[in-house]
Amino acid sequence: MSPRVTLRTAGRVLRQLRHDPRTVALMLGVPVLLITLLRFVFDARPETFDRVGLMMLGIIPFMTMFLVTSVAMLRERTTGTLERLLTTPMNKLDLLVGYGIAFAVAAAAQSAVTSATAYGLLGLDTGASPLLVGVIAIATAILGMAIGLLTSAFASSEFQAVQFMPLVVMPQTMLCGLITPRDAMADWLRVISDLMPLTYAVEALTDASEHGGATDLMWRDVGIILAAALAALCLGALTLRRRSS
Amino acid sequence: MSSKENAIEVEGLVVHRGGRPVLGSITFSVQRGSVTGLLGPSGSGKTTLMRSIVGVQKIRSGRITVLGQPAGSAPLRNSVGYMTQAPSVYGDLTVRENARYFGSLHGASHWAADRAVADVGLGEAAGQVVNTLSGGQRARASLACALLARPSVLVLDEPTVGQDPVLRAELWQRFHDLADEGVTLLVSSHVMDEAARCDRLLLIRDGSLIADDSPEGVRRASGTQDLDEAFLRLVVESRGKGRA
Ligand SMILES: Nc1ncnc2c1ncn2[C@@H]1O[C@H](COP(=O)(O)OP(=O)(O)OP(=O)(O)O)[C@@H](O)[C@H]1O
Ligand SMILES: [Mg+2]
Repeated sequence: MSPRVTLRTAGRVLRQLRHDPRTVALMLGVPVLLITLLRFVFDARPETFDRVGLMMLGIIPFMTMFLVTSVAMLRERTTGTLERLLTTPMNKLDLLVGYGIAFAVAAAAQSAVTSATAYGLLGLDTGASPLLVGVIAIATAILGMAIGLLTSAFASSEFQAVQFMPLVVMPQTMLCGLITPRDAMADWLRVISDLMPLTYAVEALTDASEHGGATDLMWRDVGIILAAALAALCLGALTLRRRSS
Repeated sequence: MSSKENAIEVEGLVVHRGGRPVLGSITFSVQRGSVTGLLGPSGSGKTTLMRSIVGVQKIRSGRITVLGQPAGSAPLRNSVGYMTQAPSVYGDLTVRENARYFGSLHGASHWAADRAVADVGLGEAAGQVVNTLSGGQRARASLACALLARPSVLVLDEPTVGQDPVLRAELWQRFHDLADEGVTLLVSSHVMDEAARCDRLLLIRDGSLIADDSPEGVRRASGTQDLDEAFLRLVVESRGKGRA
């Protein structure tokens, strides 16, 4: 691995984003719109907005980065640029980590804008500081990126790639405790939800918020999220085959 | 065979694609510092052969050695440049950004990247996003990125397709300049006036090698001075043999 090549790759991915202002606008604007909507959905129940809004700050980066990465990587596969990269001295990890850094930067920007709106304009009130929430949001963004890279290997068109969104993201969103606390679920379903990484993002956010700051459980959960991302990245690396038929 | 003289050695190469044979036991070698033309009808297996040489194609059997190393092995990734048939550059980046990025993978400076862009006649369009380029310009952007690897072996799949005659002549001049510096080039083409510019010609049809000779030798073997005609005759002749 070469740090220089990794950083060049991250720079290249960010430059591609910069040439696509509409995607950037959507990436930054849609979460703001959603969180605003949520604020007025719970107009009469601000404590529910505090709970659900906080979770959304962790879930949105996961969804966005999953989608953007799976399409970006699919393009890389179908336009032949991936094949070209694999004939150069570049290490596969340079590519994967480069993507990781680029989308972590994008997620940090997205998170900053969304949090500023939520805390500054919409009166979101959480026990955890916005900065801590931002750290967890970036971890879930990296997770979304890693899973997006992996699933792009199973899609051969953009149509297929976006279909993985309901498959990969929806069940996790439904089971992570956003809709209803996990204790209210059937036991077997809670076991399944234990196996889903997004569950730990919600748990980390909730726990930090309840205790008014970082907790051991929160750091453990962040560790689990990053470990899951690493596992997905390693599996993704296996799908980057130099030789194809 | 001595691998000192030969940059590429292919022995008994068999490739299957989509469950059927595409290359059937091909054997040839390419001399260092030469320009070798790879010609053949559409679908005859030129791209498949080039992919095998750069090591991105799964092969059924046979042996491919490039610069004394097995094709596709890690030490070769610094010394083999490959230009795919369909331009493989980032459509949402400018020509300059593409060249600088691909160049950086080989440690080329920004200055070298900008010069490579100018060398393929895209100096004016360097700041243009690749998606807005014409087809021929896009192919040249892809070529510039392949040249940036400063390779010892350069595999170019139809590099001059869609280019005007003046540009084609310039590019071929450049290929020969590179060969004079010791670079080995394997170039596929459909255009016969380009075949005449090669040191050596490989003609494949339906996955078999039907000629491996100098342009002069091909003319002599087929009994005509016109290369176009010579290829037609060789292809028809090999078809007759195939049936017999
Ligand atoms: N991915 C693939 N799966 C199955 N068959 C393939 C695949 N790619 C190519 N082929 C087949 O392999 C044969 C050789 O293809 P190849 O691309 O090597 O031809 P070519 O000589 O480069 O043609 P052209 O001059 O049109 O570029 C063709 O019959 C083609 O249909
Ligand atoms: Mg071809």
